[in-house]
Amino acid sequence: MNRLPLPHVDSMGEIVAGCIAPHPPHVVYADNPPQNEPHSEGGWETLRWGYTKLANKLKTLDYDALVIFTPHWQTYIGTHFLGLPHFKSKSVDPVFPNLFQFNYDLGVDVELSRALHNATKEAGMVTMMMENQDFRIDYGTIVSAHMLNRDWDKPIVPISSNRSRHYYSVEVMNEQARALGRACRKAILESDKRVVLVSTHSLSHRHFTTEPPIPEDMSKQHIYNHSNYVWDMKLIDLMREGKMQEVIDLMPEFTEQTMAETDSGSISWMMEALGMPDYPAEIYGYQSVIGTGNVVAAWDPNPETREVVL
Amino acid sequence: MSESPICFGLYVPPQPHPLLAPEQNEGWGELRSAFDTARQRIEESDADLILVYSTTWPSIIGHQIQAHPEPEWTHVDDDFHFLGSMPYKFKMDTDFADGYNQNCGERGLHSRTIAYDGFPIDTGSVVALKLLNPDNRIPACIVSSNVYSNRAESIVLGKAARDTLQQQGKKAVVVVVATLSNRMFTEHIEPHEDRIHSAKDEEWNQKIMEFFSQGRLEDLSQLSREIHGQIRVQKVVAYKPVWWMAATMGQSNNYDGEVLAYAALHGSGGAVIQLTPTSGSFGDKEFDEDDVEIYSGDRDVLDKGMI
Ligand SMILES: [Fe+2]
Repeated sequence: MNRLPLPHVDSMGEIVAGCIAPHPPHVVYADNPPQNEPHSEGGWETLRWGYTKLANKLKTLDYDALVIFTPHWQTYIGTHFLGLPHFKSKSVDPVFPNLFQFNYDLGVDVELSRALHNATKEAGMVTMMMENQDFRIDYGTIVSAHMLNRDWDKPIVPISSNRSRHYYSVEVMNEQARALGRACRKAILESDKRVVLVSTHSLSHRHFTTEPPIPEDMSKQHIYNHSNYVWDMKLIDLMREGKMQEVIDLMPEFTEQTMAETDSGSISWMMEALGMPDYPAEIYGYQSVIGTGNVVAAWDPNPETREVVL
Repeated sequence: MSESPICFGLYVPPQPHPLLAPEQNEGWGELRSAFDTARQRIEESDADLILVYSTTWPSIIGHQIQAHPEPEWTHVDDDFHFLGSMPYKFKMDTDFADGYNQNCGERGLHSRTIAYDGFPIDTGSVVALKLLNPDNRIPACIVSSNVYSNRAESIVLGKAARDTLQQQGKKAVVVVVATLSNRMFTEHIEPHEDRIHSAKDEEWNQKIMEFFSQGRLEDLSQLSREIHGQIRVQKVVAYKPVWWMAATMGQSNNYDGEVLAYAALHGSGGAVIQLTPTSGSFGDKEFDEDDVEIYSGDRDVLDKGMI
């Protein structure tokens, strides 16, 4: 496997952190931000407090943009990037519309987006810039961006998820996502940008198909089954131990066994873009949301600021 | 036997090309003309309702039923955003939506109506309703496709729709939004390069259209699992649209079938097909699997010591 070198002296660009940031709309609903129309009585504190701690850490880092790989902008014809600087609209979750009707007004770093697009294209992948101003930003991007940066004071760069898992297999998905990660790493290091990478997804991803009358009734929240729990813990243990190559090698089986949302390729993309970390992840919290398993985690390449959180 | 609550059924493709770019490819234009013919036939019918089941509207919490009286937005497709935007304003039959939701419950299904400003109506539903009912002359209803549901749920969902039509004394045009083979090209193609993705997909599409043109909807329903294995990219657990369509229309092979157009849509099989109830029958050929009236959930056989 070709490894790209770490940033050298001529490189201006830098990846300052990578985050797993799950996007059940429940966490935004539970947070009651002014942008979201439904009102809740709270819920999912373990995830939300973890998110707050990670967001506070990101505040201490000097970065220019959040680059977010999202499972909910699903493309079958290659990987798409946003090519317009500003989007203002309302995002209503198609699955949980009762929880998420979020009014957003956000900026895109189009220069960086285009650089990622061009590098991906040069690496031989199918790509497209999205330049339709009526396009609605998906809720995976919005939930993760909001929870990591509630002030929305940094531009974002969303990347669509090509559904090669459906068309081919989890193995093909894993390899394509890794190739995308290598291309994005190269583009970022050659740019003058400092970025935070965001891989937004649950781990195990089997949902309950019914919802309690009070969605935030925490007495009803638990993992869908024990098998999914054991798999989630296995992955988190490997993350703690800094064995990300092993996590990525397990990705096809984990994804098959737990219907994991890693089928989008987002974690494979991020680990490759981070240069496949061999240092411990910072674990900020794990909790079930309507049956799915969700971890908030981060990789800090700088050993001086890397923490043992939980 | 009481009069059928179904004027006729339509099977139409979800991709936006017939709406946004019919002039760019002959086949897309033929699909558009077929949509226009179907629109005219709806106008000439005595339908009270257009009832849409869309495979591009996935749900997780049971099935969702659109109940906003006038949903309005400008939709853009995730892949085909470069073809343009799709502004829409539809008129929904909220009484039907409420009744349908209740009847789903009666038959053991979990379902809910949804009515939220800005709810993202899916590409397939937008394309179908804009082309088949451009002036909102007839109110509509849209029901989702649950990602985890399988045959029993889909059939019972269809029966609950039929219950509601009968209870409310309404006649409907039933619209299923789905491709035949659903494998698209994973690369950009020029419009003139469009063709069905593979010879195998083409062969199966022809077989399915032969069944449709003979009115053999129930036989197609019985063959659904085979179709799923042969020519469906495995995005969901099963090929469900003909299960729902057959159950809603009355579980028989008694139809006049007509394939109005068939063409490739970025490699997938797009067809506009009409099925009109008739008294004649092709006969029952493929009835293998049990019928189901009430959905009683997963049977949890592993938890009950069955093996
Ligand atoms: Fe998701």
